[in-house]
Amino acid sequence: MSPKTLYDKIWDAHVAHEAEDGTCLLYIDRHLVHEVTSPQAFEGLRMAGRKVHAPDKTIAVPDHNVPTTLDRANAATMTEDSRIQVEALDKNAKDFGVHYYPVSDIRQGIVHIVGPEQGWTLPGMTVVCGDSHTATHGAFGALAHGIGTSEVEHVLATQTLIQKKSKNMKVEITGKLRPGVTAKDITLSVIGATGTAGGTGYVIEYCGEAIRDLSMEGRMTVCNMAIEGGARAGLIAPDEKTFAYCMGKPHAPKGAQWEAALAWWKTLFSDEDAHWDKVITLKGEDIAPVVTWGTSPEDVLPITATVPSPADFTGGKVGAAERSLEYMGLKPGTPLQDVTIDAVFIGSCTNGRIEDLRAAAAVLKGKKIKDGVRAMVVPGSGLVRAQAEEEGLADIFKEAGFEWRLAGCSMCLAMNPDQLAPGERCASTSNRNFEGRQGYKGRTHLMSPAMAAAAAVTGKLTDVRELM
Amino acid sequence: MDKFEKLTGIAAPMPLVNIDTDMIIPKQFLKTIKRSGLGVNLFDEMRYDRDGKENPDFVLNKPQYREAQIIVAGDNFGCGSSREHAPWAIKDFGISCVISTSFADIFFNNCFKNGILPIVLPKEAVDVLMKDAEKGANARMTVDLPAQTVTTSDGEVFHFEVDSFKKHCLLNGLDDIGLTLEKAASIDAFEAKAAAARPWV
Repeated sequence: MSPKTLYDKIWDAHVAHEAEDGTCLLYIDRHLVHEVTSPQAFEGLRMAGRKVHAPDKTIAVPDHNVPTTLDRANAATMTEDSRIQVEALDKNAKDFGVHYYPVSDIRQGIVHIVGPEQGWTLPGMTVVCGDSHTATHGAFGALAHGIGTSEVEHVLATQTLIQKKSKNMKVEITGKLRPGVTAKDITLSVIGATGTAGGTGYVIEYCGEAIRDLSMEGRMTVCNMAIEGGARAGLIAPDEKTFAYCMGKPHAPKGAQWEAALAWWKTLFSDEDAHWDKVITLKGEDIAPVVTWGTSPEDVLPITATVPSPADFTGGKVGAAERSLEYMGLKPGTPLQDVTIDAVFIGSCTNGRIEDLRAAAAVLKGKKIKDGVRAMVVPGSGLVRAQAEEEGLADIFKEAGFEWRLAGCSMCLAMNPDQLAPGERCASTSNRNFEGRQGYKGRTHLMSPAMAAAAAVTGKLTDVRELM
Repeated sequence: MDKFEKLTGIAAPMPLVNIDTDMIIPKQFLKTIKRSGLGVNLFDEMRYDRDGKENPDFVLNKPQYREAQIIVAGDNFGCGSSREHAPWAIKDFGISCVISTSFADIFFNNCFKNGILPIVLPKEAVDVLMKDAEKGANARMTVDLPAQTVTTSDGEVFHFEVDSFKKHCLLNGLDDIGLTLEKAASIDAFEAKAAAARPWV
């Protein structure tokens, strides 16, 4: 048998039909659904008189729109259109009989945090969701990617997706990370190196010692932003850490089924001489704590660098850099550490897990945020929130001056009231620094939770290593 | 779904690289439970000021491009969020074809589900088409899907590649779900086999 990549193996195990031209029906093991990209899909099913093909494999949770303030049980905290969208999901979940975690459930949270937490996401699965950050689940060695609403309807109706196979790309991070460098710095540095279209047409497998050394939370952070590099999905081969994370989760297999699953999961790795269409290698020791300076996730620089000049670029990127600097209100040559910030956001499917909150709290312990900075922590799920309270992290955040919110997507995409004001500058642990992403004319600098916490303390973009 | 066969129309030049789906349709317009009516908010934050007044410098607000049916765009068009609201807004505005050197994967797929033809061409070809689009309303490009060609207003012809299955669906306006359900027996057979092999799923 010819050697295969991890992607090849998962793909081959899920092809339900293959046409002569290579177009496949890929069977979907888990379909995650949220309120923003699903109402039109459910409506499509109703109009055609169709059912959800596999409601047991379909999991819904509202996250994008939901308020994160403590008074959210009061429907008046939501705008009319947000309320309608959440109510539509309530109704669709009930009518079509899919698993559901409503806003009132402590297990509610960001769909990509809830899936792994509840054991819905397991190695070797195919996982889709009408959300580009579905790539997160690749951390388990699951083939996971975002889809559009038409495809959401297609999966609901048929439990398959019409797909052609992507190419294989290996991203290897060798050696050890230096102190203060995290999974977020890895994933941003990879995008900085390859560009936002560097992974287009590929499924990335992240590997190497620095990846193996990451916790499951860190691996989820890395895979989460595969999409920002243009890749359909990011994968990390499952190992003992993965199995330990999955064991005992509510929807993970038990007993003999666990043993059977484990036996298969242990075959899920790329064969030694598998073919790679593209290979990128970064040295772990070369990766620094990074921040973004522009309006594309590829605009990444070490925190010790200065704001670049459009003249540093070529082609279409020259104009894009001019536009970004104008939008971001930055002058070339300014040290990044001189850039003052107005707001701090810690949360999102990229960095809203317990380990992220621990990393931020470690920096904040015994400190106060800078006067005039508004800062919020939005845990990725109700369970993350509860655990952080139990560990005393919530108290550290509150004593430092952070708002301690309820779970949701919040200011990562600012669909709910958590938004930047025009011109406001934010140190954010989210995944996109696009124009207007966190609020009209808002300015976003992406970074790790520890770096965001450091910025909260000093009121400027800050090298977290100086506070360690 | 609308069919796409042949289109002769005005092309709007948008040379900016990395035009993301947040730019195409900002999040405040995702709070709809319908697919229709998003065209008025296409490129909202570039197209209007905060009071809703049109920005006269934005390409689709210029008199010669208000009826554009094609966009010629910079690299990596449609990156970012998976929101299908982006192609819905583009289509609702009246645009049925986007030409670029590259597209983000999810956006690219979403186009085909909505009667929009995304065309990938080499940089040299896109540069020529960008210049042609910059001529304005009297210059009309022709996109011919059966022949897989784009023809400039000067008659210069560029051939493009398109996946044969996607081409077939777009030419005939086919509904994917209907096509897939014709293969229901294969799906059932796969499910039975997978349930035996991986009962924990």
